[in-house]
Order: sequence, then structure tokens, then C-alpha cells
Amino acid sequence: MNLLTTMPVPLILAAVGICALGKRVNVYEGLISGAGEGLNTLVRIAPSLIALLTAVYMLRASGALELMADLLSPVLKWLGIPAETVGLMLVRPVSGSGALGVGAELMETYGPDSYIGRVAAVMLGSTETTFYAIAAYFGAARVSGTRYVVPAALCADLVGFCAAAWAVRLFFGTGG
Amino acid sequence: MTMSVVWTAMVAVAVLCGAATGRGAQVAAGAAEGAKAAVDLCLAMGGMLCLWTGVMEVMRRAGLAQKLGRLLRPVLKRLYPGEDEVTLDCVAANASANLLGLGNAATPLGVEAAKRMAQRSGGRAGDSLCMLVVCNTASIQLLPTTVAAVRGAAGSANPFDILPAVWLSSALSVLAGITAVKLLSRVWRDGP
Repeated sequence: MNLLTTMPVPLILAAVGICALGKRVNVYEGLISGAGEGLNTLVRIAPSLIALLTAVYMLRASGALELMADLLSPVLKWLGIPAETVGLMLVRPVSGSGALGVGAELMETYGPDSYIGRVAAVMLGSTETTFYAIAAYFGAARVSGTRYVVPAALCADLVGFCAAAWAVRLFFGTGG
Repeated sequence: MTMSVVWTAMVAVAVLCGAATGRGAQVAAGAAEGAKAAVDLCLAMGGMLCLWTGVMEVMRRAGLAQKLGRLLRPVLKRLYPGEDEVTLDCVAANASANLLGLGNAATPLGVEAAKRMAQRSGGRAGDSLCMLVVCNTASIQLLPTTVAAVRGAAGSANPFDILPAVWLSSALSVLAGITAVKLLSRVWRDGP
């Protein structure tokens, strides 16, 4: 158990390697081709990260984000969500790389191991780019009416955001 | 087109708000800082991100996705009543790819399932299709590797210590989505 908490990543790497070797999978070749795929992903999201982080840093410097956080803070307080994450929650359903950028900015500013930094990370990890997925699926299936999908998906997002803040408090407290 | 409006609105609000609060100089500096921060972030998290997509590829080749899919079958049968075996196979493959964080593999599988569902319901959005899309907008990821890479880039002591919190909150989020679909499918009245 101690090993699992001190070096989870090396353990996963070793376990995956051994398991895959046991199944006669070409581990190294798979690792390299997967890593190449990751490089493609990185190259694909870099331009949008540059565009969106420019806008986010400008918004942040202008004081607009704080203004919005102040406005929404009574509601957020009632939901148990830290007001600092308001920008992240607004961008999350619309743009995946935008949300990644906003989240990275929060982790940079408040520290990745702080309450706010952790809430931002858990929010990113437990939700998806809602509107992108809806557009992709309905577009591909050539169905135009989305019926109740948007309210249901946004409801899942909202619960995800509340749960993220709650889960971080549960496992780590609000300190750090 | 949506992103064009969002991006332009963000920049315009920053300019207006900066002018109103007298923080013009900071806004100007912010633009340069943001562009640089994006590249720094890509470089800082690139190594971990690529390593993890590599590990995920090895997991996929070792047949982990199929195994997960088989485990999910009984649950999925209840979520998508009346769908045929082939559609359920696609849904199971889509769900297990999502669990492993293989977004590039998950989407075509889900789209295949969506097409079959739309065909069966005559080109309109049946309850199964709505369920599939909502489940994909609120997907559970066993190893949120991208987020961990960002945390690592920001200097976290243990980038993966958020795992239990991520599992708990994504499970609750998916549960909320499924509940919302089940409730709304009963009360929703389609327009003319």
C-alpha cells in the first residue's frame, strides 16, 4: 500500500508493461506509436491554447473575471464552489483546450496542491466539452432536433462542478 | 463559429473592462503573457502527456478495452433498452475507450452507435441516442492523464493524488446525467 502512494506512476508503468508482455504485445512499439499520437494531440491543441490563453490572461488582467466572480459568488457559495473557478466553469462546456488553459492558469496562480488548484483539476478531470460532443454526435448521426439533451448534459456538468468542490473538501480539506 | 463569438467576446470584454477600471497597461501585458504561457504549458506538460498516451496505447493493445467493455455490458443493456447487439457492442467499445481516456478512439465508435440508433428511430433523436450523447458529455475517465500532466507542469508534489476525487465527482456527474435523461424522457413533449 505504501508503494502505491509513493510511486503510483512507476507502478502503473511496470504493471502495464508486464501485463502486456504476458499477452505477447509489442510493448515498446505500442508505447512509441502512442506517444507519437500524444505529440499530434499536443500540436493540435497548441494553437487554440495560444489563442484562448491570450484572451483569458487579458480578461484576468482587466478585472472582468473578479467582477463576474463577485456577481456570482452568492450562488456559488450556496453551491459550495470556490468563486475563483467561475471562468473555468463558463469555458468548460464550450472549449476543451480553453478550459485546460484556464485550469492551468488557476493551478499556476494558486498552486496545484491548493484547494482552488485541486478543485480546478478535478473539475477538468470529471467533465467533458459538452457542446462539442453534442454537435459531433448529432451532426454525425444527421439528427437535427436535440430534444432534452442540452438541459440533461448541463445538469450533469453542474452536478460535476459541485461534486468536484465537495470531493476535494472530502479528501483534502480546504487547506493547502 | 461559436468559438469565434466566444473568443471575440472575451477579448472585447477585457478591453472594455480594462478601460473602465484603468488597467489598460495590465491588459496589454496580459495578452503577451497569455500567449507565452500557452507555449510554456505545452512544453511543460508535453513529456507526461505523450508518455501517457503511449501507456494507454499499450493498454489498448493488451485488450484492456475489450475486457472493460464486457464488464460494462449488463449495465449498458439496461441503459439502452431495445437496442440490438451490434449497437450495444459499439456503445460498450465507446464507453470503455472513454474510461481509458482514448478520446480519439471513442468518438468514431460512439458515432457508429449513434448512426445505428438514429436509423432505428427513423432519423429522429430517440431516448437511446439522447442517453448516448449525455453519457459522452459526462464521461468517466479512470486515469485523467492530461489534467495530471498540467498539475505536474505546475509543480504538484503528486499529480495523481486527485484520482479518488475525480472518480467520485465524475461518477456523480454521470449519475446526474443518466437520471436527468430518464426523468426528462418521460415528461418531454416534442414540438410540432
